[in-house]
Amino acid sequence: MNFNILIDSCLVIGILTLACLCLATRNLFTAIVLFVSLGLLIAIAWVRLDAPDLAIAEAAIGAGLTGALLLATWRQMRVERAHGDADSPKKSGGENVSNP
Amino acid sequence: MFQTPDFKNNSYENELPFATRVLCAIVIGALGFGLIAALILTENISSSLPALVQQKLTQSGVQNPVTAVLLNFRSYDTLLEIGVLLTVAVAMLPNANFNSDINPDMPGGNRSSGRLVSVVNSAAGNPPLEAFLRWLIPMIIVMAGYMLWTGTALPGGAFQSGALLAGAGVLAQLSGRIQFCFTSTTAKLLLTIGLITFVMVAIGVATTTGVVLQYPLELAAPLILLVESAATLSIAAILLLSYNTLATQVFESPSEHSTFEHSAFDKQPSDVTETSAPNETLQSQTAEDPKS
Repeated sequence: MNFNILIDSCLVIGILTLACLCLATRNLFTAIVLFVSLGLLIAIAWVRLDAPDLAIAEAAIGAGLTGALLLATWRQMRVERAHGDADSPKKSGGENVSNP
Repeated sequence: MFQTPDFKNNSYENELPFATRVLCAIVIGALGFGLIAALILTENISSSLPALVQQKLTQSGVQNPVTAVLLNFRSYDTLLEIGVLLTVAVAMLPNANFNSDINPDMPGGNRSSGRLVSVVNSAAGNPPLEAFLRWLIPMIIVMAGYMLWTGTALPGGAFQSGALLAGAGVLAQLSGRIQFCFTSTTAKLLLTIGLITFVMVAIGVATTTGVVLQYPLELAAPLILLVESAATLSIAAILLLSYNTLATQVFESPSEHSTFEHSAFDKQPSDVTETSAPNETLQSQTAEDPKS
């Protein structure tokens, strides 16, 4: 019983901390990584709440695929910024540009 | 195309004024505390629905109450969910360019190529990742099949299984060897098969039982499995399409910048030849930069 309460309180504190950090951080990449970690903790929380269906869905979609989508978008934005900055010296025109 | 939002990384420039931020914090804090208080003050409503589901479970054709609710008792909701997902896919399809710039040596670089999966041989490989994926991807596919099958009795089902399959697809695409072309006919069939099967089953059972989506008792289990299998394929295809679109999409801005650079070039007495591809323009700009 005490052990369960310990795990649950750790989960609650961890989820709240990760959520606050995810919103407070200014680095987009850090925010994405924190969001994925938050999704994993929420998946564990669903298991603790006896909802394994939701836990599987959260782990697969919430943490896994959303993380991949966010990272793809983040990379796309970085490429775009590399194209857009006219002042900064360009290296090879970004990652999307093929070198002939 | 769409105007992409301008996120400035690590910049303090576009912040709201201090008073506005304090006001927002107060409003949001009050709302949050109000919601938490409402949650605490609400009495624990003992719903009769779980007991009702358990009571009717034998008529649903499956043993898992969640699947019974999703695919039988409230299957209308699931039908609409798959419709929503298909709408997302349709909205994303125009952006799902099969980027022949990234892999110019691809067979069938044009959009009308009829192959969903094509193997890139020229890509710079990552041997450890590829060797690992050769083990991992078949295991993921088997796991997805298991999760689909076990969804009738244990936690699992179409969404989880579809997400697993899509994850396998994302991994395959990350290896750089495999490319998916979602404008092919096979892909369009995969994207729509879930909704098509669901609607056909819904109408088909209506001819025997008289009510749309009310399965006949003896056919409930196979019909649910059929609908779930088709939905799994569609969900996997749609999730993979959304990743594919974001991962390979080239926004409009490079071409916009290329026109901007053309106008910049016009002022300089440089002999840049007119090129059709914006990439080459960018590279000639790169070459010109040190001089100017």
